[in-house]
Formats: sequence, C-alpha cells, structure tokens
Amino acid sequence: MFEQFVNGLLWQISVVVFVGGIAMRIFAILRHGRRKDLAEARGSAFAGAVWTNFSRFKMKSEIAEKVRFQTVSGYMFHLGLFALLFFAAPHIDFIKERILGFGWPAMPNWLFVISTQMAILGLLLLLLQRLMNPVTRLLSRPGNYISIGLLFLVLFSGILVYFQRGSGSAYIHLFTMELLMLYFPFSNLMHAFLFVSSRAYTGALYGVRGMKV
Amino acid sequence: MNTALENGIETLKDQIDARVVSYLSSCVQCGICAEACHFYTSTKDPRYTPINKVEPLRKVWVQTHTFWGKLATSLGLRKPMSEGDLANWEELAYDGCTVCSRCSMVCPMGIDIAYMIRKVKEGLAAAGFVPKELQEAGKRALEFGSPMGLTAKSLHSAVTEQENEYGYKIPVDVEGADYLCLLSSNEVVSYPEFIGSLAKIFSQAKVSWTLSSEYFEATNSGVQMGNSKIAAELSGRVLAVAEKLKVKSVISPECGHAYTTIRWDAPNFLQRKLPFSVVHVTELLDQLREQGRIKIKQRFSDRVTYHDPCNISRRGGVINQPRNLISMIAADFKEMDDHGNMNWCCGGGGGVSANERADGLRQKAFNIKARQIRKTHADNIITSCSVCRMTLEEGLENKEMTQNVLGITEFIAMHME
Repeated sequence: MFEQFVNGLLWQISVVVFVGGIAMRIFAILRHGRRKDLAEARGSAFAGAVWTNFSRFKMKSEIAEKVRFQTVSGYMFHLGLFALLFFAAPHIDFIKERILGFGWPAMPNWLFVISTQMAILGLLLLLLQRLMNPVTRLLSRPGNYISIGLLFLVLFSGILVYFQRGSGSAYIHLFTMELLMLYFPFSNLMHAFLFVSSRAYTGALYGVRGMKV
Repeated sequence: MNTALENGIETLKDQIDARVVSYLSSCVQCGICAEACHFYTSTKDPRYTPINKVEPLRKVWVQTHTFWGKLATSLGLRKPMSEGDLANWEELAYDGCTVCSRCSMVCPMGIDIAYMIRKVKEGLAAAGFVPKELQEAGKRALEFGSPMGLTAKSLHSAVTEQENEYGYKIPVDVEGADYLCLLSSNEVVSYPEFIGSLAKIFSQAKVSWTLSSEYFEATNSGVQMGNSKIAAELSGRVLAVAEKLKVKSVISPECGHAYTTIRWDAPNFLQRKLPFSVVHVTELLDQLREQGRIKIKQRFSDRVTYHDPCNISRRGGVINQPRNLISMIAADFKEMDDHGNMNWCCGGGGGVSANERADGLRQKAFNIKARQIRKTHADNIITSCSVCRMTLEEGLENKEMTQNVLGITEFIAMHME
C-alpha cells in the first residue's frame, strides 16, 4: 500500500508541486518586471550579470579566511549532493525510466562513496555552524532547520538503500525525496534556482556602473 | 493600527520589486555578510549583521508574498508588525549602517543587501522613525537648499575668501560654462579650500566652469533619510539650475553619496535621462592629467595612502582615477590592505556622522580604519569625500594619531606649478 502510494500518486503530486511551484516562484519575480535604469551607462548590464553569476562562486580574498568553515562545508555539501543527484547510477536509471527516457555514464563506486560522505559531512557541518555561530543562530528560521532535516533524511535513507537495509528502504528514500520536492518551492531551497537571478540583478547594476563585482 | 505605522508598512510593501523578491527568496541566512560589516566586526553584536537590518522588509514580504506567510496571517498565527519593531530597527538601519555596500560584495547569492537597507529606510522614514538630525537636515534642505541651512550669502563669502587666499577668480552663475560644479555645505563651511584649489587647477588647465548661487548643494538629505520624494525634489533642483545655466556637465564635488545620487540615482528619481553628463571631480581631474593639463611642481616624497569613499569607489565605480592622480604626485603611495571596492568604510557615511546618537558606535567602527592606516605607516591620508575627511580627522584625533588628512583636489593644487 505504502509502496504503491509512494511510487504512484505521491510521486505524481510531488512532480506537479515541484515543477509548478518553482515556475510560480520564478513568475512571481518576473511579473514585477525590471525598471529601466535611466542613468547614462558606463558599461554593460548583461556583461555584469554574467560576470557576477560566475565570480560569486569564489569567496572574496578579503574575507575568505574568516568564512572558510562555511565556504568549505558549503562546497562539500553542494558538490557532494550534485554528484549524487546526477551521477549516481541508481539516480541516472531513475531519471531515464521516469523522466527523460535517456541516461548518461555514472560515476564509479568509490566516487559515489566519497560524494555521499562529502554531502552528509558538509550538511552536518553547516548545521553545526548554524547552531554554534551567534549570527546564524539569530538569523535562522524554522524553515532553515526543516530544509536541513529533510535533506538529511534523503541522504540517510539513500545510505540505507546503498547498504540494502530492509526491503522497503528504496521506497523510504523515494518518500523522503518526495517530501523534499513538496517542500522545495515554498522554502529557501529555491536559492538553488534563484541565485542566478539575484546575482544577475546585482551584477547588472554594477555592470552599468562599469564595475565587475 | 495608527497612521504612521500604516504608512510605514504600506511604504515597505511598495518597495517590493523584482530584485527584492529575488533577493529575499534566495537568502539562506548564512551570515557571511556579517564578516564584511564594520559595525558587526567591531562590536561582534549579531544584530548588526547586514541582512538582519533588512528584517522589517522581509517581514512584510513574508506576510504578503509567501505561501507560509499568507497562510499564517490568514489563520491569525503571525504577529503583525508593530511600532516597536520599527523603532528597534531605526537604530540598526540609521546608526549601525552606512549603506557602504561592502556586504553586497561578498554575498554568495549575489544579494545587494545595501539596496534593501535603503528600502527599509524608506519604510522607517514613512513611519517617522528617522534620527532627528536627519529629519532637521531634510527640512533645511527643502527650505534653504542646504542641509546646514546655508544660503547664497554663505557661498559668496566663501568664494571671496578663497579668491583672496588663492588669487584666482572663482566664476559664479556663468551661463554657458562647460561645467557646473556643485558643492556640499560641509565643503563650504569646513573645507572651503576645495573651492580655491579647484579655481587654481581649472585656471591653469583652462577649464570653463561655474558655481551656482541659486542652488549649489550636491548632497541629498532625502537619500540619507530614506525619503524618495525629498530625494527627487532635491535632484530636480540640480537639474533645473544646470538647465538654466546651460552647462554641458555637472561636477560632483568631494562627497560620496552626492556622486552616487547625482550620477546614478537622480535620473531614476526624476524618471528622465539627464540632459548633461555627470562626473566626479576626480574623474575630470584625471582626464586633465591624461591630457597633460595639470603640471606638477615637484613630487611629494612623504608616504601617502588613499581612503576610498564607499559611494565613490564601491558604489560609484571611480577607483583608478584618484590613484592615477595621487601617483602623479606622491613618490611613496602605499595602499591600505583592503582597498578599492573592498575598502573598509570610515563609519561616517549614510548620515551616520550627522547622527549624534551613533557617535559611540561610529568610534568603535573606526577602529578598523585606524588599524588599516597604522599598517600603512603613511603620514598623509588622501580622500575624495568631505564627510570621510571629517570622520577620519575626528577618529584620528580620538585615537591620538597624528596623520594629516587632505582632500585630493587640495593635494593636487598644493603640488601644482
């Protein structure tokens, strides 16, 4: 019963909410439009937007040392998760069967294990930072912890599947993923998409002023 | 709900545009911006984390634009914004932020936090939560055309004094001049040598220029308060006088926010392109240097450093020009460790230097600048903003440091033939 529900109706609902929700959030930004900057431009807004989209992957050297913990844990988590999501053999099979109809080469097992360790450890370090640092403690909202909790459950259940603990572990993993998909559009997990527009807006403003930031 | 609070909330709602929605939606509360802020770094008080200063705007956005916020509000689970909330954030936005934008340089999501703090000030100002000094400056700017209440008489008196001191004619109200040079009241009162120095440079470089006695003020109290209506009104006065004098360009003097306002914001406040170009004084002086129209008497051998005014370098994009000018004169130019678009703010911008209540906090924030200056071992600090200059002079005096602070225009004039 649970397996049928997770594999059928809940999956369908999750996909609709995930895709529709993300589209709505993006539309909510686009519908506001962008006011034309009437100041005489010194440089290109487009070039600035593109530049900032790439430049912000690297922390500014002036503060890099102070935020090394967050930067390293952040990269560990995001790179690990990205590799797992798109290059783990079972995920590629799932995407091929359920979504796209085609696949691509998977990463080797040793890289799969390292990616999992990086993602889990990175996530726990980010949680630790959030709890220990007075700044992040002040800024954090329930949504931050819910996101971390859901991501942890997805990763942990994925590990259970890897070690084949219990017959229903694959369904539990899918179920946690569906919960994450249902929550995603209504949370700050949207940063996975909206970092592009935020960087672009700021980059464009400075680009017009002839600056690369 | 009282009218002031209602005005504040409605104004905050009006501030929500595409950029704000994108910024607030992508913030992950990582707190990295704190490490870029001189108020947080010098106090270690997490309340001064830049993104925390945006909280009133975020609250309104959550309530009106997000699924959970709308749900909680409709079920009566969300506490509505109170006057107390706004009062608490007045101190954070006006005393604990110079809108220097250093935080906007480091956000991994690319969020321009300073852009949103400026919007928070709009809401606070609409609700009446503005430091009294800024409110009074705004009133004087509207009534007299100067936040310090100066009139044409004060300008004429400074002009006469500088003509006598420097021995160069200072043109006033000359129709058809190429350049109209605006001034900040602070320059007229505290640093009138800027006017004499400019007269000397422009006379030797044969620049056609004028001052205006009808409206000379470059600063914009509306921007500092967070009141776009006042900002537009004051920008309109610059436009009117420049059009009346039929100038080709307007020179923004040594004042940070004046430059950003006239150069980048005024066309958007006024919703029209300006019929003249706008240059910061260092941009023009650097053009004259390039054209070989500034002749230096002899190189200056003492060590010199440069303090970047945030609105001119980080927010305005004028970074190389002052360095070119200083290097033309100074044989020993030493940069501070963080400079250019990652400079540390002196702590006086954004109206903070005018806000008496913020004095203690400003002095704490100045510790970073003092440390930077000490590290250069420079005896002379050059800057291109009179508010920065005043803040540096006061900060150094409090720390019993003896460095000499100079405006860049004066520095050039001093070393000309």
